[in-house]
Amino acid sequence: MIYVVIVFLWTSILLYILLGGADFGAGIIELFTSKANRAKTRKTMYNAIGPIWEANHMWLIIAVVILFVGFPKIYTTISIYLHIPLVCMLLGIIARGTAFVFRNYDAVKDEMQRVYTPIFVYSSLITPFFLGIIAASSVSGKIDPAAADFLSAYVYSWLNWFSISVGIFTVSICGFLATIFIIGQTTDVQNRAHFVRKAKRTIFVVMFCGALVFVAAYLDKIPLIEWIFGGWPGIIAITAASVSLVVMFIALNQERQIFIRLLAGFQVTMILFAATYTHFPNIVLMKGNANLSLLTHQGQFKAIESLGYALLIGSIFILPALFYLIYIFQKKGQDESPH
Amino acid sequence: MDDFLAARLQMAFSLGFHIIFACIGMVMPFFMSVAHFYWLRTKKEVYKDVTKAWSRGVAIFFATGAVSGTVLSFELGLLWPKFMEHAGPIFGMPFSLEGTAFFIEAIALGFYLYGWGKLNAWFHWITGVVVGVSGLLSGILVVAANSWMNSPSGFDFVDGQYLNIDPIKAMFNDAWFTQALHMCVAAFVSTGFAVAGVHALMILRGNNLEFHNKAFRIAAIFATVAACLQPLSGDLSAKDVAVRQPAKLAAMEAHFHTEKMAPLIIGGIPDTLNKRVDYAIKIPGALSFMATGDFNKEVKGLDQIPKNEQPPIAVTHYAFQIMVGLGMMMVALSLLYFFVLWKKRHWLWKNWLLKLFVFATPLGFIALEAGWTVTEVGRQPWIIHGVMRTADAVTPMPGIAYSFYLFTGVYVSLAVIVTVLLYRQIKYLRS
Repeated sequence: MIYVVIVFLWTSILLYILLGGADFGAGIIELFTSKANRAKTRKTMYNAIGPIWEANHMWLIIAVVILFVGFPKIYTTISIYLHIPLVCMLLGIIARGTAFVFRNYDAVKDEMQRVYTPIFVYSSLITPFFLGIIAASSVSGKIDPAAADFLSAYVYSWLNWFSISVGIFTVSICGFLATIFIIGQTTDVQNRAHFVRKAKRTIFVVMFCGALVFVAAYLDKIPLIEWIFGGWPGIIAITAASVSLVVMFIALNQERQIFIRLLAGFQVTMILFAATYTHFPNIVLMKGNANLSLLTHQGQFKAIESLGYALLIGSIFILPALFYLIYIFQKKGQDESPH
Repeated sequence: MDDFLAARLQMAFSLGFHIIFACIGMVMPFFMSVAHFYWLRTKKEVYKDVTKAWSRGVAIFFATGAVSGTVLSFELGLLWPKFMEHAGPIFGMPFSLEGTAFFIEAIALGFYLYGWGKLNAWFHWITGVVVGVSGLLSGILVVAANSWMNSPSGFDFVDGQYLNIDPIKAMFNDAWFTQALHMCVAAFVSTGFAVAGVHALMILRGNNLEFHNKAFRIAAIFATVAACLQPLSGDLSAKDVAVRQPAKLAAMEAHFHTEKMAPLIIGGIPDTLNKRVDYAIKIPGALSFMATGDFNKEVKGLDQIPKNEQPPIAVTHYAFQIMVGLGMMMVALSLLYFFVLWKKRHWLWKNWLLKLFVFATPLGFIALEAGWTVTEVGRQPWIIHGVMRTADAVTPMPGIAYSFYLFTGVYVSLAVIVTVLLYRQIKYLRS
């Protein structure tokens, strides 16, 4: 049952990156859209994510619940040493969720829209940035359980080149997912061509940010190259992702929407896999080679068992409903907002 | 401000903020579904208008509730890691199930808000009902976690170790039923009176009378029925607390001295130094009767509870008095309303009745916050009753005061914005 739980944990994180990430990306790409194109980008995007954004962000809660129920020591270690980036992430989540709904549901469309929009857009950037920092910090080996002062314990655990670069990389991935997603949301040919161009540009941004991560890892003396390319699974994953990138460029030109989305999902899955496989079963790496493993730090047997059953039974209800939700609102295409 | 107090206050404010939106999210979908049902059956446009207006409110409150709930799931670890390290696996079942229920609610809400005209009419209606049912369910489930803190079960605490964990036993703990019942009814009372009050105000202003009358009626029925059920539920809770957490009962009632024929104290100012309550109305024997069903039974007083196991008496007592006092006021208004519906229908449009409902608008929510203060402060010094002290659970990270100020600022801003949005919704309805 522990492996069932671990699979659910990894999958929740992946689904959060894919679905929540595309969601965050909706706000991010607005920052990088010229004023002329902003309105149509916004309209297309928000109509698309409107029905599903609440559900998209649930995967984060599922992941957190799995952690504190199944692996409490890991949850509490991260909660203590990464307190500050967690708080920043939470502030981003609050700002984003509320700004998105407020802008849609405010009865009066006036200058308040000029308040909601920047809050939405910047929090869409801040949240995945700190998520990336948290993820990177858990494996960077900079968490120091023997730290003697505030800075070493609560700041340098996450404030380093590697974590920051992963934060930036995460933001770029979110932008990338959104640009791919938006292509299928518009029937207007000119808009679609514009979004395709944008997607291609974003792919280069992602690759550049990815390269930055390796540079930062080198600066922080983190053996990232070894982690990712040190084993066959990693090499295969990255190769597959790279090959699929080429396929994607071709597919983009041919406007095969579902296929490009699957490709994007595949690439992100490969990246997450390559980033995590080498450490398994360790999920938190701390200074002085102290590691927290998913297998040795699990909760007691009965807790894991009931968690596993709860997840399995829950999925039976949730997954079909979620797919149906996504399917129904994709089929209906562009719709006016529910006023 | 010291870190421990800051952590407690931050958690209290986060919970206090979240509960308002959670209640609305739990209850308004039912109001919405009733109005929606009337529309589908009678085809009267006014019911569709009420449904849509209410669903816009639901969307705003739901999103705010959802993000504040996300914050709470992290704050459990950010503020109380020593607690979560041990409690997480034990009381995780209700959280996992609550996550499922809430996920379903989010999906159903997506269908409901965006499905107008796109889904089969009755399927669309059902998604609205599902929002309410799964919301209520997730409230019931998350209360199981809180009740576990009050009546810990499902583990053996041996030499500081938590052994033989049984998550099912933990979830079905002794306090769950009474706490969940009281919370659900409270959600209907608070949301009902708040919604009814807003619509009553609009009726008084002469706006859109048919719309606001229909809306008022639906909300008021829910509110008044719930208000009359709440004292019955409260009685069950009090009897349960008398057995399981006598310190909490003693603090609630400012009951200093163990005695038979214990008096019920109404109002008054507790004097902890001299162990008495000044300026109170005392009904002899009533506390024994209400807590145990027998005038002659003994009720444990604070004198039998070691000082270091006593909760803050004044806060718990005042909060309890506020909750019961407001609860009784709402019962009185409800009984009056039933009487009017039964015998004096022409009074339904009288200004004074509507004004009473307008006055009652915030009372349910104030009682709600007071009630949560009673149960949370009354549980101190324990975070797990009789097992772990709150002081031993807090995060080692210093500077929590800053975190507290930050989150408080955020919540205050959100409260202001939501209020403004609500005001604009109502104003827009008028035109």
